[in-house]
Amino acid sequence: MLSIKNLHASIEGTPILRGINLEVKPGEVHAIMGPNGSGKSTLASVLAGREEYEVTDGSVDFLGKDLLDLAPEDRAREGVFLAFQYPVEIPGVSSTNFLRTAVNQVREYRGLEPLDAVKFLSEMKEKMKLVEIDQKLLSRALNEGFSGGEKKRNEIFQMAMLEPKLSILDETDSGLDIDALRVVSNGVNKLKSNENATIVVTHYQRLLDYIVPDYVHVLYKGRIVKSGTKELALELEEKGYDWIKEEVDAAV
Amino acid sequence: MSKDNQILEEFTSKEYEHGWSVDMEVDEAPPGLNEEIIKWISAKKEEPQWLLDWRLKAFKTWSEMTEPEWANVTYPKIDLQALRYYSAPKKSKKPKSLDEIDPELLQIYERLGISLNEQKKLQGIAVDAVLDSVSVGTTFKDTLSKLGIIFCSFSEAVKEHPDLVKQYLGSVVPMTDNYYAALNSAVFSDGSFCYIPAGVRCPMELSTYFRINAANTGQFERTLIVAEDSSYVSYLEGCTAPQRDENQLHAAVVEIYAAKNAEVKYSTVQNWFPGDKNGKGGIYNFVTKRGICAGDNSKISWTQVETGSAVTWKYPSCILKGDNSVGEFYSVAVTNNYQQADTGTKMIHIGKNTKSRIVSKGISAGKSQNSYRGQVQVMKRATNARNFSQCDSLLMGDKCGAHTFPYIDIQNSSAKVEHEATTSKIGEDQLFYCNQRGISTEDAVALIVNGYAKEVLNQLPMEFAVEAQKLLALTLEGSVG
Amino acid sequence: MKTIQINKATQQFLQVQPAHSSFSNLRKTGLEILEQEGLPHIKEEEYKFTSISRKIEQQIQDYRSASSVKLSADQVSEALFSDFEGDIIVFNNGRFEPSLSRVSDEGYTISTLSEAASALLGTIANPEADPFIALNNLFFEDGIFLKVPKGSLVQKPIFLLHFNQAQEGQAIHARVLIEVEDQAEVTLLENTISLDEAAYFSNTVTEVKVGSNAHAHYYRLQNENKQAIVTNNFVTDIHRSATFTTVATQLSGDMLRNNLSLNLLESGCEGNMYGLYLLNGKTHVDNHTNVDHTKPHADSNELYKGILADSSRGVFNGKIFVRQDAQKTNAFQQNNNILLSEDAIINTKPQLEIWADDVKCSHGCTTGQLDEEALFYLQARGIGKDQARGLLLYAFAGEVLDHIAYEPFKAYCIEMVQERLGTQF
Repeated sequence: MLSIKNLHASIEGTPILRGINLEVKPGEVHAIMGPNGSGKSTLASVLAGREEYEVTDGSVDFLGKDLLDLAPEDRAREGVFLAFQYPVEIPGVSSTNFLRTAVNQVREYRGLEPLDAVKFLSEMKEKMKLVEIDQKLLSRALNEGFSGGEKKRNEIFQMAMLEPKLSILDETDSGLDIDALRVVSNGVNKLKSNENATIVVTHYQRLLDYIVPDYVHVLYKGRIVKSGTKELALELEEKGYDWIKEEVDAAV
Repeated sequence: MSKDNQILEEFTSKEYEHGWSVDMEVDEAPPGLNEEIIKWISAKKEEPQWLLDWRLKAFKTWSEMTEPEWANVTYPKIDLQALRYYSAPKKSKKPKSLDEIDPELLQIYERLGISLNEQKKLQGIAVDAVLDSVSVGTTFKDTLSKLGIIFCSFSEAVKEHPDLVKQYLGSVVPMTDNYYAALNSAVFSDGSFCYIPAGVRCPMELSTYFRINAANTGQFERTLIVAEDSSYVSYLEGCTAPQRDENQLHAAVVEIYAAKNAEVKYSTVQNWFPGDKNGKGGIYNFVTKRGICAGDNSKISWTQVETGSAVTWKYPSCILKGDNSVGEFYSVAVTNNYQQADTGTKMIHIGKNTKSRIVSKGISAGKSQNSYRGQVQVMKRATNARNFSQCDSLLMGDKCGAHTFPYIDIQNSSAKVEHEATTSKIGEDQLFYCNQRGISTEDAVALIVNGYAKEVLNQLPMEFAVEAQKLLALTLEGSVG
Repeated sequence: MKTIQINKATQQFLQVQPAHSSFSNLRKTGLEILEQEGLPHIKEEEYKFTSISRKIEQQIQDYRSASSVKLSADQVSEALFSDFEGDIIVFNNGRFEPSLSRVSDEGYTISTLSEAASALLGTIANPEADPFIALNNLFFEDGIFLKVPKGSLVQKPIFLLHFNQAQEGQAIHARVLIEVEDQAEVTLLENTISLDEAAYFSNTVTEVKVGSNAHAHYYRLQNENKQAIVTNNFVTDIHRSATFTTVATQLSGDMLRNNLSLNLLESGCEGNMYGLYLLNGKTHVDNHTNVDHTKPHADSNELYKGILADSSRGVFNGKIFVRQDAQKTNAFQQNNNILLSEDAIINTKPQLEIWADDVKCSHGCTTGQLDEEALFYLQARGIGKDQARGLLLYAFAGEVLDHIAYEPFKAYCIEMVQERLGTQF
């Protein structure tokens, strides 16, 4: 589904990603971990097409298309969803109105009829249950005045509505207390299928107790320096990242 | 340059849509301002002596005043002596019906999207159109006159209804009020007059379209609306001007008088030429608008969508004199490129149980400066006065500025005054977020701006709201980054 | 020392070695600051409306902490509220009272400050920020250190219960240090109970550290006797992606000065401050809050509400700093007041200092009276006047208490607030 080869990217001339290789198949969950500043969020942003990052080398193939060649909105329409680390507030635009515009533009791209108001609302009601989000919240301006936890829930709710093929969760667990973490993970797990894939970017192992990964990759200095299964995450939680840093730095 | 910035460039460099002018034979005063010119204008308009005296008195007052400098705007001083104070399409006699109006003139209004021809586009809106300084035609006159409603050009009102004009002219905005109001009083050339008799609910929207066509001309029109006991009227005003390199001056005065139980809604969509993207040219829009809720239970509501003009200086205000009277002010002011706007309102609470509500939404883009200046004053005998003010500023990009100057002056302890202010910024983050959900940049800007301004746009009559929405998107599309 | 009287007993106290050698440094800097600045007077901007130092100087003869009093298990259980299940940490005139406390140690540890010798002590509350911190540094004998280790989820709330009883002219200096390590979660409750009506001066300092992705709630009640003079400094450092929420309810006392500071030290963190003050008689409550946004993407929310009757006085000063680095900050502040009498006074001052350019900050404040029309409406529907008043006032006040997530304590606060509003306002 997703094939990243030798991906290099930099911001304002400073290289951040220095040769990422990653293969993601439908139905898989990949966790990407690493110390602060290792390039985790950059990878998520580059895949979604954030302008500030310049791709200097490498390729990303998504379902047979050159992902890097597409505008951010077209990547979204193709089925790439990024749950933001810091969801943006948009004053004056209600979540409902925002989401309806998004859903219908995505549908139009895929050659589907727009959803009428009734169908859209009934779809919304159903998906709201997934993340236990309150309807009142959705009539307010998008993310405005939402608590950190509410913003993260809203991200997963949008994910449910847009039905992406590849979901990238960028530190979705940060700032969530244990109850909110359970709700969000539960939502993500219910949306999992054999056709879609998930990349979980996280700093903390606890999330992986709830969203169980098939693979865990450790990112350090812009490269994947170690891959393994969920046991690797437990090891990292216990021992920290220093041993990996030492291993890598010794090899250089 | 990021892609968003490119789109910004494309859109902001978009030509001002209404920036054409028509070569027409005009009857105009020589440039300059002195007593002789005023006499010339008055004579040209065949005015009675009392009005000439009033003008001359205003001129004398004005001559002793100095230009105000407190507003948060900067612009080169206008050479008022270089302007022409009268310019009218040459026409030997006054048109009696629309058929007699110069077809070239009608064409101008067609191009503006306003047809004076009532059978065509305008369904249910009576229009008075003012070109440069002179009213060129009013529609639906007959329908209105059956109800006793007077809706005509100001010149016509002076001739046909001198007593009414004499009674109310300058009663809300005295000629001594401020520099530009005094100037207007001295040289105003035409405008609209509207009178709603007691107990009448005006069945249609009344509308005035202003257009500055001639070069080097100031436009000084005057609008006077009188709503008698228990009457109702909704009034619309629209403005455009051709694209010219030099700055043109527009200094209008609007007066509204609301008697007992009367209600007046005044909506403006102002789209004067704002200058080009380098800040060259554009209209100086120095306008005095004020309404008085003279009678108990009366209500005046101002709604404005301001997208044009190089410099705007405008504070539609309400004097809440009658007990239980209500004043409202809803505003969206958009500035882009090098535009400057200093706009807001004054709510003067005099009567008991008076209420006012202010909703101001400023949007600044490009290198523009946008200020809200509002005053809420509660006088000593205004017990139980209530005010709610909300001033929101939206910044697009990082080279523009938004400023808020609320003045609150309370002399009665039973007053309840609430003020809320927010400043937010739309940048690449918001657009990227929309993009990531599959929404294109252009749609994202429209979504954001219309969402933000919704509360104000909802106050406009339907036809205007749609136009205003388009105008907002057009003025701002791509201006983020 | 310019302004505080040091008598012989105090001098002797200061000559004796403190409970732990590390306290000596705190004493030393505390003394230096007090010698230089003395206690803050109304000429200083920060204490413009609150002449608490004058009161203290006039009344306090002995700045040492008053000795412990006799306290029974019954008195402790009386101070609990229904449905409370959790641990209790009892303070007797500022001193930890282990015999009356109920400490299960489930998911956390508790020790005295002298046993713990934590390097954190004194690093969060800066004595230069407020002379009363310096005063506490100088005179606290010992205190408690509560630690929630990494990843620990403390299931039940921990109740910090202060019992104060001192002679007029005596002081009490409680000191609390709380460390919530990375990814840990805890809910803390606090109440202060005066055992009699005598005037005393209580000067508490609480330092809290919330580690990365940790979550802490701290709910406080201040309901001391009508003579009490209280200064309270509460300072919290909040780290990456952590959240901290505090709800404070203030009901009584002679003069109270609360300094609440939240330092948002890293990205993604969130600090919430809610406060409710219901004042009558001559009670004077001054809430100075301070939020310091230092890094991008942090949020703060603040809502303080007050109802003031008789000749009570409220002061609210809400400072929000947004430093240059702190782009994408969201900071909200709201202060609403109802004055029920001509003699009640409120001084409210939002203070926003913003050095970053891409931020969202808003503040608002209102001061009004009880809506007579609404009152009449309720009366016209057959509701008695007192009850109608209570109902309307509670509708105003309830919004603050809604932020208490631990239901039994919320119910307890609501009950107390409703009682006050129904009978004394």
